[in-house]
Amino acid sequence: MPLLKENETVEINNHPIIDLNNEKPEKMSAIIFQKFIKNKLAVVGAIYLLLIIFAAIFADVLAPHDPNYQQLLKKLAPPGKEYLLGADNLGRDTLSRLLYGARVSLIVGFVSVAGSIFIGTAVGAIAGYYGGKIDAFLMRFVDVMISFPSIFLLIILVTMFEPSISTLIFVFAIFGWTGTSRLVRGEFLTLRSREYVLAAKTIGIPSYKIIFAHILPNAMGPIIVSATLGVGGVILAESALSYLGLGIQPPTPSWGNMLQSAQTLPIMLDSWWYPLFPGIAILLTVLAFNFVGDGLRDAFDPKIK
Amino acid sequence: MTVNTGHQAVLEKHTEQEVILKIENLKKYFPIKAGVIQRTIGYVKAVDDISLEVNKGETLGIVGESGCGKSTMGRTLIRLYEPTEGSIYFKGKDISTLPERELKRYFRRQIQMIFQDPYASLNPRRTIRKTLLDPLVTHKLYDKTEEYDQRIKELLEIVGLDASAINRYPHEFSGGQRQRIGIARAIALNPDVIIADEAVSALDVSIQAQIINLLKDLQNEFQLTYIFISHDLSVVRHISDRVAVMYLGKIMELAVRDDLFDDPLHPYSQALLSAVPEMEIEENGQKRERILLKGDLPSPSSPPSGCVFHTRCSAAMPHCMEVMPELKEVKKNHFVACHLFKGKNE
Repeated sequence: MPLLKENETVEINNHPIIDLNNEKPEKMSAIIFQKFIKNKLAVVGAIYLLLIIFAAIFADVLAPHDPNYQQLLKKLAPPGKEYLLGADNLGRDTLSRLLYGARVSLIVGFVSVAGSIFIGTAVGAIAGYYGGKIDAFLMRFVDVMISFPSIFLLIILVTMFEPSISTLIFVFAIFGWTGTSRLVRGEFLTLRSREYVLAAKTIGIPSYKIIFAHILPNAMGPIIVSATLGVGGVILAESALSYLGLGIQPPTPSWGNMLQSAQTLPIMLDSWWYPLFPGIAILLTVLAFNFVGDGLRDAFDPKIK
Repeated sequence: MTVNTGHQAVLEKHTEQEVILKIENLKKYFPIKAGVIQRTIGYVKAVDDISLEVNKGETLGIVGESGCGKSTMGRTLIRLYEPTEGSIYFKGKDISTLPERELKRYFRRQIQMIFQDPYASLNPRRTIRKTLLDPLVTHKLYDKTEEYDQRIKELLEIVGLDASAINRYPHEFSGGQRQRIGIARAIALNPDVIIADEAVSALDVSIQAQIINLLKDLQNEFQLTYIFISHDLSVVRHISDRVAVMYLGKIMELAVRDDLFDDPLHPYSQALLSAVPEMEIEENGQKRERILLKGDLPSPSSPPSGCVFHTRCSAAMPHCMEVMPELKEVKKNHFVACHLFKGKNE
């Protein structure tokens, strides 16, 4: 036996006391933040989003006009002194409507994603942790949900219930959780056999605590990423529904229904500023969410330094 | 009932010592599922009909190749896996079918596990305080926060870590330090039995020695019983009182440490021991001959008929292909499952 022969004393300090007093403990979140701010695009996206959120919250103060005040004589006025970004076909200030529209679009985006993340995480966590028959049942249910032609169902649901902000949030939350549940299930499948989970079991910690206090924090990275990307997706979907006239109903401004009222050819040819600004707002915001989502994904990935 | 005389002999042994853990005909089969409806098409017989006893205060080493079922046995013993068949008696009480709530009350506190991978056995999102609080809080050992903190600091000290480690995250520690934290978690509940599943295999050789010494110190201090699972024969030889050799889910040989290492009887044990690199020449001036096993470990989903080792055994007889030999006592406290040997009382 080369190593550790019987009665051989190993001349190694048996109790190396580590001295960690002088260092500040480095938290996981600090590392993730440092990795995130290295990604320029993600930082730009995050700053842009913060500005948009700020603008949406303080729309009352920032908007130069009442978003619903019509001045028909000034309809389709080009960008100028009175209307910084021009006026729409009813003579309403585009900038004010964009600011208030940001409110609606972001509320729909954030709240419906919060709902779908909640459902998706719960379903995915239970399926992934317990596995077996429960997993098979829940995942087949997810398959069924995914196979629905969801855009038609959305249209039907929105026509059945008055298309209001809350209906839209409800509909997006109900149809948006399937991707998250698959993602969370996958995470749980790998995490549940980690040794620290086994250790928690041998201690006798109850399952619900293992799921929510021990495994879930380790699966937060992908969930946050999917939520961030999800908000962008919902804003796009809301625009698409509004474009079909099934989203937020005028006169309440949303970026989608602003585009919808600008969709006639004469307006697009002669008054380019009217569809341009809501279009840019959607484009930039969705892009910013995607950049931030990508940045977060890389920041959470321990393999990317 | 088909009473296995070999097992019976094992069970009747060591009556003079206090048996803390007794396994009878333990089996753990994992179903192999296939197809859309997940039909069971076969089983992986990871642990196949094992009986043994663990005495209070001893270290039972369990050795075998990768995939022989030693880790599965450890995990089944501690009820991380549901046993397919068989009984596990802990202090005379059969815990093999107890529901989780009862387990928590009677069993979980008294048997703990040290895991192999120090990088995976500590939750990266939990500070050392939280990790060590888990066992204490789950079993509500104390009333006040200060008492919990006091105990955590005491535990860190016992395993040779500074109390300042308490607010840190696992990634700030080295492998050896993490393993110490894992050990602190295992002893937090003052268990009687600790299952060390490859507890030092992932560590550097010098760190291995420290951790093994720590384990030995703890055993003396707290009268612990160890089940030490490892593929590393030199480590097992160093720490064990008795050693069991496993192959394809079965125990091939079980003996007091020196008996097994100096005089292995089973052809598999002989081959296994001859594979240990030798630094010194044997007393008679000859190097021990290396026995090379032919072929690979057969799949535990379709183990060979008869003696599971016959496909690789140099001494295989026609009889071996038909009947699995029982584990029988051929010398005092030396059990072998091989047709080459006759039982002591036969």
